Amino acid sequence: MVQKVWSRGANQTLSLLASDVPTDVLQKMYVTMVKIRKFEEKVAELLCTREELTTPCHLYIGQEAVATGVCTNLKKDDWVFSTHRSHGHFIAKGGDLKSLMAELYCKKTGCSKGRGGSMHVAAANIGLPGSSAIVGGTIPIAVGTALAFSMQQNDSVAVAFFGDGAVSEGILYEALNFAALKKLPVIFVCENNLYCTHLPVVECLSDTNIYRKPKVFGVSSLRIDGNNIIEVYETAKEAVGNARSGKGPTLIECMTYRWLGHVGPYDDLDKGLRTKEEVDRWMRRDPIQRLEKFLLKQRIMSEKEMDKIRRDISEEIEQAVNFAKKSPHPDEENLLREVFKTT
Amino acid sequence: MRKISFAEAINEALHQIIAKYDKAFLIGQGVTSPWYVGSTTVGLVQKFGPDRIIDTPTSENGITGVALGAALAGMHPILCFPRMDFMHYAMDQIANHIANWYFMFGGQLSAPVTIWAIINRGGEQAAQHSQALQAVFTHIPGLKVVLPSTPYDAKGLLCAAVQDENPVMYIDDRWLYQQIGEVPEKLYSVPIGKGVVRRKGEDVTIVATSYMVHEAMKAAESLDKNQVDAEVIDLLSLKPLDEGLLFASVKKTGRLVIADGGWKTCGISAEISARIIESDLFKMLKAPVIRVTLPDAPAPASKVLEKVYYPNAEKIARAVNKILEK
Repeated sequence: MVQKVWSRGANQTLSLLASDVPTDVLQKMYVTMVKIRKFEEKVAELLCTREELTTPCHLYIGQEAVATGVCTNLKKDDWVFSTHRSHGHFIAKGGDLKSLMAELYCKKTGCSKGRGGSMHVAAANIGLPGSSAIVGGTIPIAVGTALAFSMQQNDSVAVAFFGDGAVSEGILYEALNFAALKKLPVIFVCENNLYCTHLPVVECLSDTNIYRKPKVFGVSSLRIDGNNIIEVYETAKEAVGNARSGKGPTLIECMTYRWLGHVGPYDDLDKGLRTKEEVDRWMRRDPIQRLEKFLLKQRIMSEKEMDKIRRDISEEIEQAVNFAKKSPHPDEENLLREVFKTT
Repeated sequence: MRKISFAEAINEALHQIIAKYDKAFLIGQGVTSPWYVGSTTVGLVQKFGPDRIIDTPTSENGITGVALGAALAGMHPILCFPRMDFMHYAMDQIANHIANWYFMFGGQLSAPVTIWAIINRGGEQAAQHSQALQAVFTHIPGLKVVLPSTPYDAKGLLCAAVQDENPVMYIDDRWLYQQIGEVPEKLYSVPIGKGVVRRKGEDVTIVATSYMVHEAMKAAESLDKNQVDAEVIDLLSLKPLDEGLLFASVKKTGRLVIADGGWKTCGISAEISARIIESDLFKMLKAPVIRVTLPDAPAPASKVLEKVYYPNAEKIARAVNKILEK
């Protein structure tokens, strides 16, 4: 795989690689990214009211291209494992907005029946078996799923999404070693949003070149512009193809940025954790705007079509909110059910 | 019936389970070693190959996550820890992930991992090669916990654990490996959550698990010479706990000595004692409950100290005599 090294001065327009991506795929990815963005904006709005939606939410605004570019390359039978920042992965994998919103309201109709909340969403039927709030927690689990896929001799792959915070967890290295040792069909997607909760990555890692670390395990790895949907899509395509054809694991370090704070609906600027200049700089690299510009320039989509997509998605999200609000709370008598599975 | 050792019973169970169930496989440190887990895995890798008998690097937490991921994808892994002490490394995957998975995601996927945890102590091995952590795991919701004490249960409970759709901690003790007992040749299951009466008696109930069952039996035999008729209950499972069997025995005898190979504070003996005290049996007790456990101290290396440290038949008999004086 070609080594691509991202830099701060990276060109803000999308690369010509796009000519290789079918237009229907570009359109589909646009819809997914807008869906994630609008969903998260709605959640932020609802969180601000502090009324019904009170489960801690770690919002994905700004990182939409990563989940979208990776998951667009996956089949239903490929499994992705998510983190506390789970909504984007859920939507990109094709999860139902109603069951997601209902879970954020901790309602009985939520994807996890109101037991998981924002940090523990799952939709096993579409290949999202779970998301963990323990940093790095799902990385070895994805490796184990890849082991099962290879034992079952099917061609499915597993994906572990995690942040730069997981790079300071030992579990990542145990997982990389075992995945490489057994040449398993797993893709490690590190979303480097430059902050581990409140702490800048430079204060967490002695060497912030995350993409270099897997090389000592013999795992292919590269750093890409995670705000460039086409670059994410093309890179993930190659990694998924390699995993499927028995060539083993890849780690993709996606440079990106979360527009909001670690948790909740606010940007944290008042807390002095980062500067407005930094946030503005990254907002200018908005992955959705960049794709919009490209689609318009290439005449793949018109403003009118984009407007319609945005309106339809807003409508779908309103329906999801109404569904969540109207849904019943979990039954108290069911609290102790499903601690164990009974056959 | 044919008699074999406890270690042979585990080995036979593994051979038969892995042959019978496509979903089953063995993974963990030492599973292809001729000595690391005693003789329990002899011949497995030769028969099933390295794809189903997976010896692993010492990445306890990582490999536990791997077992979970495989279980979610439809497999029934048997995850081996050659010493319980090493499982502290794996607590995140066991407590945060395996135990919570079924409940936390609304019952979508369960995590049928059999966690085979081996207590391996004595022989001056000291504090990090000695721990019996059954109480730690029994405390965590979502894990079943079983402790066989005989070759028969060693085979039957292992089979039941692998067939269960939930995570099961299967805890055995290397001190049991030479025990000889009757074991059917065919594959069978011993139900999880059911205890057995190992010895009927009228004067006092001694409740125990695992290796302590044998010490309790020895104590009961020595007490018998002094006309003390002790009943010995082997719980076999700590979660679910066979309360019915325990309560019926204590109701009959009115006296309870709890023998556990773990530590005293917040240990299994504390839980069993609390269950009795919370129930109506409290009023029927003829004397306060006595616990025979490890002291609240790490395991020492010195064999002189080991002799004092570990509970045994003599200490159980002393407890019984004391409870009868009240």
